[in-house]
Amino acid sequence: MRIGDFKETYAADEAVFRSTTSRFWLGVLFVLLLIFPFIASDYLLYMANLTGIAIVAAIGLNILTGAAGQISLGHAGFVGIGAYTSAVLTNHLGLPFLICLPLAGLMSAFFGILVGAPSMRMKGLYLCITTLAAQVIFEFIFVHWESVTGGIRGLNVPPPSIFGLKIDGEFGFYWLVLPVIILTATAARNLFRTRVGRAFIAIRDRDISAELMGINLFRYKLYAFASSSFIAGMAGCLWVSHLKTITPEHFPLHESIRYLAMIIVGGLGNILGSIFGAIFMTLIPEVLQTALKFFEQFKPEAMAYLYPLQTVVFGLLIVVFLVFEPHGLAEIWCRIKNYFRLWPFKH
Amino acid sequence: MTLLQADNLNLSFGGLQVLHDISFSVDDGEIFAIIGPNGAGKTSILNCLGGFYLQDHGTIRLDGQDISSLSPDRRAAMGMARTFQNIALFRGMTVLDNIKLGAHSYLQTGLLAAAFYWGSAHREEMRLRAEIEDKIIDFLEIEHIRKQPVSALAYGLQKRVELARALAMRPRVLLMDEPVAGMNAEETEDMARFILDIQEEWGITIIIIEHDIHMVMDISNRVMVVNFGQEITTGTPESVQSHPEVIKAYLGTKQAVAAGNS
Ligand SMILES: Nc1ncnc2c1ncn2[C@@H]1O[C@H](COP(=O)(O)OP(=O)(O)OP(=O)(O)O)[C@@H](O)[C@H]1O
Ligand SMILES: [Mg+2]
Repeated sequence: MRIGDFKETYAADEAVFRSTTSRFWLGVLFVLLLIFPFIASDYLLYMANLTGIAIVAAIGLNILTGAAGQISLGHAGFVGIGAYTSAVLTNHLGLPFLICLPLAGLMSAFFGILVGAPSMRMKGLYLCITTLAAQVIFEFIFVHWESVTGGIRGLNVPPPSIFGLKIDGEFGFYWLVLPVIILTATAARNLFRTRVGRAFIAIRDRDISAELMGINLFRYKLYAFASSSFIAGMAGCLWVSHLKTITPEHFPLHESIRYLAMIIVGGLGNILGSIFGAIFMTLIPEVLQTALKFFEQFKPEAMAYLYPLQTVVFGLLIVVFLVFEPHGLAEIWCRIKNYFRLWPFKH
Repeated sequence: MTLLQADNLNLSFGGLQVLHDISFSVDDGEIFAIIGPNGAGKTSILNCLGGFYLQDHGTIRLDGQDISSLSPDRRAAMGMARTFQNIALFRGMTVLDNIKLGAHSYLQTGLLAAAFYWGSAHREEMRLRAEIEDKIIDFLEIEHIRKQPVSALAYGLQKRVELARALAMRPRVLLMDEPVAGMNAEETEDMARFILDIQEEWGITIIIIEHDIHMVMDISNRVMVVNFGQEITTGTPESVQSHPEVIKAYLGTKQAVAAGNS
């Protein structure tokens, strides 16, 4: 009896969303996400879908870089591999979305393992350079393996189909992205509460004592590469299903750096951080752009200066965030939450 | 019965010979202490046992099996656990997660099961939590800090968490490098009590390095004295204490011993 009771309390204690309040708000968020596509404009939906794809990719990178501490400059390359895989499978074999999604993930994961293999011998910056090399090689392949990738002109794909249903337009696509986000976020969260995720963090914090703790460093680094690039591959599949066209220019090095920026701004090793970071990095440039358009009505001649300023402001915003909260947006969110939890009693 | 046996361990870094022909054997269930002045090579011996350093030559046997060339994680899986001279906890994690990490090698959950948190993965985590709570957290009296990040803890508590993590490895041999260095008298006494309990109640064999001579003489069954990487003598605490070379070595470095080393 006593033992049964203990088990129940531990299970409750280990649950991801412990309090009823947090479960309540999660429910509210979920309902809002369900209502959103019915009231949002096509433009808003387009932005939401772009953000959604970025969220999936950022969660992937956060497993490898945020949790396991292996900095990757090749994440966009892995997204690209998923995208090309999915495009080729759709065009040549006519495979439906639900088959393409895991296959794109597997293909990227395969290359992830290849790129991660040198981690047996190197670490830190050296490994980082390996991922940079991978990024460059992937780009090269995208451009030059014309018979498969279509070279610089790229490929066009038909809209994704699911159970024979063609998903065309932003509204339909929203219903593809949302479940994939929920699935990846849940899977990543689960990873972090078991021995696999703990091993990742141990490798990041102190790889030598991690090994003395019985963790096989090489195997777990490969796990991190594989799971991270699997998710990147799925993001790639989403990407190509969304844009319905794909060229090598979509996956350059600076896209990899943008993913890194997402998880750093959002919070390293933190699922919520990936989500916040992806939203920030996708929406803020868009908001700045809209603000500019607004100013343009009054003072069109100032635009010559203001347009380049946009990038500067964006960069400054990132720096300011990091100076004031090195742990990222997720930490700021945590503080706001704590503030409201104690709200009427303490300020 | 001999549980752990080291024969002719030699170790050098560049031209510096750190260990010369170190041999000893540790019986099942005993507390075996290694003492010696700073830089004598004590930590290096533990590092060889744990597989973190690879000796130039010499063999190490655990329960008769040659483990001389196994990787650290394999040795950990065979029951070697370790605490460190300079605390080596995972600072980004809570106390509980640090302890759970110790259990890594005997848990089963793989990558896929972890991602889906399927039945077995979930059950394994719950069983682990219950075991850690009942056996380790309770025993070491650290209930109140289990959810805190280790970086926020006082030094003495961090050492205790490190011991907890080592116990979670279900060790047969526990290697402890200066477990009470930098602790006050009360914390030292607590730690000594824990070590004795671990030996008596858990039946774990302990190899301990310690500068606190009183504690070593109190708790150990046998003591090995090393200096300049060489074994000087090995025996019961009483016999070791009266060995002329020990007196010489210790008088020679009395300052260093008194100052302690962290
Ligand atoms: N990785 C290493 N590279 C080079 N020299 C090393 C290394 N590890 C240990 N040494 C040298 O080996 C000798 C023994 O070091 P060790 O840490 O084993 O001493 P110790 O007995 O643990 O000393 P202390 O009481 O100060 O902890 C020292 O001279 C040290 O400088
Ligand atoms: Mg030492």
